[in-house]
Amino acid sequence: MVTEMMFYFLSFVAILSAIMMISTKNPVHSILYLIVTFFAIAGHYFLLNAQFLGMVHIIVYAGAIMVLFLYVIMMLNLNEDAEPVKSKYQKISATVSGGIFMLVLVASLRSAEVSLEKTRNTDIGLVNQLGKVLFNDYLLPFELSSILLLSAMIGAVFLSKK
Amino acid sequence: MEILPNISIYHYVIVSILLFGIGVVGVMLRRNALIIFMCIELMLNAVNLLMVGFSNMWGDGKAQVFVFFIMAVAAAEVVIGLAILMMVYRNQETTDINILNKMKW
Repeated sequence: MVTEMMFYFLSFVAILSAIMMISTKNPVHSILYLIVTFFAIAGHYFLLNAQFLGMVHIIVYAGAIMVLFLYVIMMLNLNEDAEPVKSKYQKISATVSGGIFMLVLVASLRSAEVSLEKTRNTDIGLVNQLGKVLFNDYLLPFELSSILLLSAMIGAVFLSKK
Repeated sequence: MEILPNISIYHYVIVSILLFGIGVVGVMLRRNALIIFMCIELMLNAVNLLMVGFSNMWGDGKAQVFVFFIMAVAAAEVVIGLAILMMVYRNQETTDINILNKMKW
């Protein structure tokens, strides 16, 4: 009962703040609403017993990426006056086509059926279990992602110097 | 089908579709390139949420490892994207994507 209520609460918060994010004019408010969405998604991860991913999500997204966005917005001095607006016709057509897209996805997944065995391991999201999978089966992709992050760092330094 | 008490995988599918669709609408609705970046992040997160839900449903940890890799790639993508955006702003004095059509033809 408590987890059910938590699921609906977190979903409501995530979707509402996502809608606020795309509808508010001020870019700084947009970012703050997106942080609320990310915290709600982290709550979903904890609810699904994926504790490691929940912590990583909070650290990486709310702690690093969103701070980066905020810094860039403040450096570029973007505010409500500098915000470009689309015409009403474009806004209505974007919303309608997005709504049709969601409707098609929901309708196509309505009739999907999956059979599921009853007994399953629910402790997979713990650091202990996930570390074994990561460092046994996926050691090479893990090392390659470190090279990816290094090249991204070098690229950012190279791009942003005068 | 229940992965939490009274919550099936379909609930997670619906939530993920709604978040993804809001991201798609945001990309079409806004003209500020920064907000479009944020909408892309939102779409990546919707997919991650769905993958964690399916991982819990099957009791398999591999999907969660892939979510971890998606987070790493998203971080790299944001860093490069924001650096490009800073360069564009330095040259054009705007982040409006409708003005950035120099490479269009």
